Amino acid sequence: MLILELYVFVLAGFVGFMVITKVPPLLHTPLMSATNAISGISLVGSIVAAGGQHSTLATLLGFVAVVCATTNIVGGFLITDRMLKMFKRKDEAK
Amino acid sequence: MRDYIVQFSYLVASVLFILGLRSLTHPDKARRGMQLAAIGMLVAICGTLINHEIIDYKWIIAGLVLGAAIGYPLGMWVPTTALPQRIAASLSFGALASALVGVAEYHNMMHGALEEVSRAKMAALGFEVMLGSLTVTGALMAFGKLQEVLPSRPITFKGQNLLNALLFVSAMVLLVTSIVNPANAYAFYGMIAISAVVGVLMVIPIGGADMPVVVSLLNSYCGLAAAATGFALGNSILIICGALDGASGFLLSILMSKAMNRSFANVLFGAFGGEQPTAAVTGGSALPIRAITAEDAAIQLAYAQRVIIIPGYGMAVAQAQHTVRELAELIEKRGGEVKYAIHPVAGRMPGHMNVLLAEANVPYDRLYDMDEINGEFSQTDVALVIGANDVVNPAARSDPSSPIYGMPILDADKAKHVIVLKRGMAAGFAGIENMLFHAPSTSMLFGDAKTSLTKLITEVKAA
Repeated sequence: MLILELYVFVLAGFVGFMVITKVPPLLHTPLMSATNAISGISLVGSIVAAGGQHSTLATLLGFVAVVCATTNIVGGFLITDRMLKMFKRKDEAK
Repeated sequence: MRDYIVQFSYLVASVLFILGLRSLTHPDKARRGMQLAAIGMLVAICGTLINHEIIDYKWIIAGLVLGAAIGYPLGMWVPTTALPQRIAASLSFGALASALVGVAEYHNMMHGALEEVSRAKMAALGFEVMLGSLTVTGALMAFGKLQEVLPSRPITFKGQNLLNALLFVSAMVLLVTSIVNPANAYAFYGMIAISAVVGVLMVIPIGGADMPVVVSLLNSYCGLAAAATGFALGNSILIICGALDGASGFLLSILMSKAMNRSFANVLFGAFGGEQPTAAVTGGSALPIRAITAEDAAIQLAYAQRVIIIPGYGMAVAQAQHTVRELAELIEKRGGEVKYAIHPVAGRMPGHMNVLLAEANVPYDRLYDMDEINGEFSQTDVALVIGANDVVNPAARSDPSSPIYGMPILDADKAKHVIVLKRGMAAGFAGIENMLFHAPSTSMLFGDAKTSLTKLITEVKAA
């Protein structure tokens, strides 16, 4: 199982590297906020922790984690979109 | 069956995320791409909600609602000038989520069947909470520095690197201890505490101008923590997103370090600027400086054919991006051509200047990267430097004794005339004397960037 996960990690890292090398410096800030929003996927883990009913502590920690991750997802995608909306070509800027 | 639906939703989300990031290669496609990524996120969340392990939805819904309520203003209302600290804060949130999930998982294991805990799982959990807590406090420190709640100058003390090394080694020892003996809760929680301290100590010696590297590096750690969460929970979408985030942060840190001609280690342990000023001040005041009035500067700009504007952090501080655009439009109306030269480390995070100028409605095809525009300075009438310093310091090319020697710079000194808008004669963040300010072709226009620009606009209109 572990070796399979390592495969996924290494290959995804490769894909990430290939894709992100092509992002121009112009869009480096939106890139940061975009990866930030995407890493909010840890919500998936937080949800399971918050709803698993293992113990009060786990539920509480899971709840806080859900709040943090959701904040990043909502805030991250919104701010990325807001920024990308600002980048206009000359004919559009007027 | 249910598990297949969950896994399938993750697969869809992963593909949409990668497509979203890929769309960022071009500003025209980027918005649509990121909207697809957001849909991917929604799919993954809906997929997770039908997971059979979930018994109670009360806390989940409360968390989702509260998070959305906090996230909305963070996305819509934060001004672009505050973006660097906004990103630092969200890195801290992201890492906190990973660390807390790790602690919850550990707690559950401790109160469940401990015998079943494999070494590999414990190692993943260990890395997760270690990187997580280190990033939480590190990003908080970066936030404090960027928000100027904390002093943005490097904070150093004797034996700092030794202390950091000792703490790091002890965190590693505790990590190994808790892998060997997962039941040792002291080791596990001790490691979290020490990692949190390391995060603080790692960031406080780093100066404001080095923030682009630190923010990128923390971004990378945050991604790796998420990936470790994926390993611990056996969840492939977490591994994929963590790897994407980690790769992106790592790549940006490399680019930023290169743009400063320094290694990672140098940024993290060097405390640039902390030791330099004493050596740099020597002879500074003896060199000639030509101050210029707004009137004279405006005449140069009004009759210039080619103008290149070089924005720096000073422009962000003065919030002068809109005034800059107004001035540029005025010059264009008079028949001049205006381009913007953006240094990779201008500002406090990668791409900072581009976003500010885009916000001010400057068309993005006017924004040029360093390599694209450096050849054009020799045919430029006026290079207008607004609140930038080290990124135009010719000492980086010519003076091997300079701390910034070898750093790639914008060749502003090759323009026929250089006008520098600057508050006063204080040295830049690196505390290094800038020979450009003393060059015969350079005129200095002192004052707040926004006020100076407003004066320039009035004068150019009158010219």
